Amino acid sequence: MTAYDIYLLSPELCVAGAGILVLLVDFLVRDRRVLPVLALAGLVGALALTTVLWIDLDSGDRAVRGVFGALSVDKFSLFIKFLLVGSLAVAVLMSIGYVRRFDAVRSEYYSLILLSASGMMLLGSALDLITIYIALELTALPLAALVALSGSSRSTEAGLKFLILSALSSALLLYGMVWIYGFAGSTYLDEIAAGIGAVSGSGPLGGYAILLGIVFMIAGFGFKISSVPFQMWVPDVYEGAPTPITAFLSVASKAAGFAVILRVFHVAFADSSVSIEWSAIFAVLAILSMTLGNFVAIAQKGLKRLLAYSTIGHAGYIMVGLAAVTARDPSGASDGPAGVLFYLVGYAATNLAAFAAVIALANLAGSDRIKDMAGMGRRAPWLAAALSFALISLTGVPPTVGFMVKLNIFSAAASSGLSWLVLAGALNSVVSAYYYMRVIKVMYLSEPAETRPPAPDRPLGLAMGLGIAAVLFFGIYPTPLIRMATTAAEVLGAGPPM
Amino acid sequence: MNGLLTSLVFLPLVAAIAIALLARSDRQVRWAAGTVALVQLVLSAVVFSLYDRQTGGIQLVDRVSDWMPVPSLNVEYFLAVDGLSAPMVLLTGLLGMAAVYASWGITHRVKQYFVWLLILQTAVLGVFTALDFFLFFLFWELELVPMFFLISTWGSGRKEYSAMKFLIFTFIGSAFMLVGILALFVTFGTFDMTALPGLIQGGAKLALPVGAIFGLLFVGFAVKLPVWPLHTWLPDAHTDAPTAVSVMLAGVLLKMGGYGMIRVTAAMMPDTMADLSWLLATAGVINVLYGAVVTLRQTDLKRLVAFSSISHMGYVLIGLSAIAAASAETGAIGLTGAAMQMFTHGTITGLMFLMVGLVYDRAHTRYIPDLGGLARSMPLVAAGFLIAGFASLGLPGTSGFAAEILVFLGTFPVWGWPTALAVFGVVITAGYILWMVQRTMFGPRPERWSGLPDASRADLVPMALLIVPIILFGVYPALISDVFTLGVEPIAADAVRLGIP
Repeated sequence: MTAYDIYLLSPELCVAGAGILVLLVDFLVRDRRVLPVLALAGLVGALALTTVLWIDLDSGDRAVRGVFGALSVDKFSLFIKFLLVGSLAVAVLMSIGYVRRFDAVRSEYYSLILLSASGMMLLGSALDLITIYIALELTALPLAALVALSGSSRSTEAGLKFLILSALSSALLLYGMVWIYGFAGSTYLDEIAAGIGAVSGSGPLGGYAILLGIVFMIAGFGFKISSVPFQMWVPDVYEGAPTPITAFLSVASKAAGFAVILRVFHVAFADSSVSIEWSAIFAVLAILSMTLGNFVAIAQKGLKRLLAYSTIGHAGYIMVGLAAVTARDPSGASDGPAGVLFYLVGYAATNLAAFAAVIALANLAGSDRIKDMAGMGRRAPWLAAALSFALISLTGVPPTVGFMVKLNIFSAAASSGLSWLVLAGALNSVVSAYYYMRVIKVMYLSEPAETRPPAPDRPLGLAMGLGIAAVLFFGIYPTPLIRMATTAAEVLGAGPPM
Repeated sequence: MNGLLTSLVFLPLVAAIAIALLARSDRQVRWAAGTVALVQLVLSAVVFSLYDRQTGGIQLVDRVSDWMPVPSLNVEYFLAVDGLSAPMVLLTGLLGMAAVYASWGITHRVKQYFVWLLILQTAVLGVFTALDFFLFFLFWELELVPMFFLISTWGSGRKEYSAMKFLIFTFIGSAFMLVGILALFVTFGTFDMTALPGLIQGGAKLALPVGAIFGLLFVGFAVKLPVWPLHTWLPDAHTDAPTAVSVMLAGVLLKMGGYGMIRVTAAMMPDTMADLSWLLATAGVINVLYGAVVTLRQTDLKRLVAFSSISHMGYVLIGLSAIAAASAETGAIGLTGAAMQMFTHGTITGLMFLMVGLVYDRAHTRYIPDLGGLARSMPLVAAGFLIAGFASLGLPGTSGFAAEILVFLGTFPVWGWPTALAVFGVVITAGYILWMVQRTMFGPRPERWSGLPDASRADLVPMALLIVPIILFGVYPALISDVFTLGVEPIAADAVRLGIP
């Protein structure tokens, strides 16, 4: 561990440090309003450090490997860090008004969410199976506590469910990692890649063993990204958790999960003998997730449960990008991972805006049932408009970023020869249009039950505004984002740094 | 880049945003929207007249290549008009104006209504002028949201059901279309609609079999046109939509389907289209006859007009089947007829819906058996009905006749029997139109209809806007058919060239 390692790790350290500092400050300062400010300051610091690292990479090496070779600082991991820190900052803004409900544990709230985020940031740069596993646990444990934080029986049940299923998925993942380690002879992703070529060439037994390991690892990661058939926890946890946590979970947990999947599968399992197998698995999971998520969402009565099933559906769309391994654009970069990264950003902006609007609307209506949203178009025109835009973006209708990301990922799949998958995805968007539009319809077409306007909540409004601004801006001009995602994804195609 | 088309397409959108943010009273909203519609009409007329018939090809190009210059999504901003789209732009300007003025009497959430109506106009104009496939699809999808709100908020009857049905049907169609577009994009790496025909006909190996791509794209357009059996959304949407929205829906939105068939499927894959022209002819005859027979049985005025639209869109399909003609001249006549039929049906049905709207505003019923003898109290409305009716059944001297005769002339040498059957559809059309006019406008007048006021002076504006082109292009069809021919000639020539083994 050298000083240079600390520089490489500085964004993570900044976030984790802010998390610990929040706990300490709570003892010293009576005014609780400094807590979110401190958390935001930590995030801004992390953002600045990530930017510095990004610029540093422009001038020097494409990737720097540090901390005993376990972590890599490259544009891929920095891209994920930007996304995670940005999402968390928005989630913190959403929380400021919300956490008044559980005043006693306010500092723990911010501390846990920051610690969990630091784990996710590590996941994006981990190059070694053990580091991945540890980072995953660091991500999951604080989240389990956060889900249970509001103390109601629903919330506690959700927290317990999350904890147990998370432990189960970790066990599956670990089991898969053991198989891979046993046959490839290393926990480092690049050495695994070299080992796999030798093993799968050595006869059917080795090939099957690797495949078994891969399947178990997909099962373990599938939990993180809420893919079918590992999605059972999603609706209950989404409903039971404090809403800002749900928002953060839906966006950041997914981003970190997909980041680690991209890294592991495109670096360690890039060998074409296995990539055929896992891309087929992801293609099937994609269809299952999309279809189940979207069809079950139709029957939901609460907004949070609706968004929970919608997130399962979106995990399916993103997996389309994982299945598209052979897609190459003219410059030789792989389109699939770039599409996944782009989708993650678009989805983050959209979903954060949607949840911000849901928090405000649920406060106003006293519940998150869809039928209580009646007349919100008149009662709270800005909130209703923001939620409508977010839902339209989730459906994938222009001029929103949801349209661009879907098109981009479908285009990658089509150039991998997966036209059937694209058709399935496009038809699923039709199904999703039905339930998203139903919410919009209720807000605008029914008359309000009462006319009390919403109480102003500036930070929440800011969070919502940022989300919607990103949805519209990148919906019209996505070029800079696609460029960045492509640069980030090139790291994977170039192989691991030496 | 001369900016004319850009301002034409985006003016309504900008105006809609401005109205949403600035307008204080309903009166301001109406006048702002009315002014924009007038400017749009003038601009679209300018575009139509600036289109140089000597040069042909694509003109008034607005092209920016560095909008999304990323290799994975190589999208350009590319607007232009050619012989096919210039008249469609004019049609949109006409009907957009008629729709805004027909909405003068809207009193429920006026601001939202006009905002959606203007956004809808941007979307439709975008579809007609975009020559980048991605941009085309973007505008195509953009039209869904305004339509959904317009039908579900300001409609009548089972409006929410109809709006959702419209949305789902169209969205399924565009899902298929998207796969087709992407298959072409990943093969050639471009969305340029002017380059794609040459590339596809060059015989390169496509990402999907050419027939599959054709089918995927065609389904998207067929839902919109609509082709039987994908038509079931149309009667519901039409019946429950407010008058002005029915005008836009029947007048220009259906034409997006026909336009897409010519611009995309016919222009890019003329040989496949020619191979499948028997299917077009058959579907066309079914549309014409089924639509006409069902129309005969309707008792709701709006539903009647809606089903008659299905019947009339059948002629578009029949005209398109002329693409299999042995000579490029014949093929061009059929295609011109199809395009002409779209234009004339837009104006005729627009007028028809306006008249139905006027009757409904005053009598508060559209149930035909309850009406009767209205001509005595509403002579102007009756006159409008008669003009629209006669044009609809193809009376010589109206534009309906010019369009249908071109369709029949072009298609008869290729598909004799289907054309003959379709001609019979005209007879049924005459039957239901005359019967409808007779039952509502003439005959004994129930006492309760005696006090109905006639069309007001404000109502005459949209009426006149639509009657003028019906008569003008009926007496002198070359004014518009020549322009269409410029657009479709290369397609017919391609079809013949590729058809010779």
